[in-house]
Amino acid sequence: MYLNQFLLLAAFLFCVGVYGVLARKNAVLVLMSIELILNAVNINLVAFGLFRESVAGQVFALFVIAVAAAEVGVGLAVVILIYRNRHSIDLTEVDMMKG
Amino acid sequence: MVAQNVVFGVLAAAMGLAAIRVVTTKNVVHAALYLVVVLAGVAALYILLAAEFIAVVQVIIYIGAIVLLILFGTMLTRAPIGRASDLDNDQRWLAVVVSLLLLGVLGAVLADAYGSTKLPKGAQVQRTGDVGLSIFQTYVIPFEVVSVLLLAALVGAVVIARRD
Repeated sequence: MYLNQFLLLAAFLFCVGVYGVLARKNAVLVLMSIELILNAVNINLVAFGLFRESVAGQVFALFVIAVAAAEVGVGLAVVILIYRNRHSIDLTEVDMMKG
Repeated sequence: MVAQNVVFGVLAAAMGLAAIRVVTTKNVVHAALYLVVVLAGVAALYILLAAEFIAVVQVIIYIGAIVLLILFGTMLTRAPIGRASDLDNDQRWLAVVVSLLLLGVLGAVLADAYGSTKLPKGAQVQRTGDVGLSIFQTYVIPFEVVSVLLLAALVGAVVIARRD
């Protein structure tokens, strides 16, 4: 197995996630796209961990998973607060800070 | 080696298609279910990379907890459950251009840097015990920081979402 096949698949997932973050306007769908991006990073970490024959890659992948869990918790709380205040989670309407 | 490559090909095709469906489907619940396919594929990739503990954690935390949270978020914000036509904003084509450019740059850099680098053959399986020892010896301070971060995030989520 080549190292590159994992890295290229991760790059593809990352780009799909970036497209989702840029093109979606439902906040929950944007959070899903962010999960895609974080998973791409984890694939890279574990692949490089195997490549260098070190457990550090797996340890940091675990840290990323923990941070992703925290991110989803806080992110959904913010989304629910936006919904409660504006009765919509359309991100194109959340533009109060636009000049 | 051949069997591993076949498995990788099948997984990569399934994950790629499911990932594209996550960002293009018109149905929020279907997007969450396609996300489950991608996450399960990532767990299988971890098995292929001889990282069994991460694979189990991926199934428990991502597929078990995070997808559940996202579905709860869908329910609480009364997202359209059936087909909805207004899930994308009007920068779609710009976003396609940006992500294709990014894919091109990343692909070129990776092909240049790791063109024919092979993963070590018969690599030692990193056992769960080794991962645990590494977390609690070398990386104990980052581990504690992550613990405090999780606590802060949980308390913060409760405070933000609480109805006063």
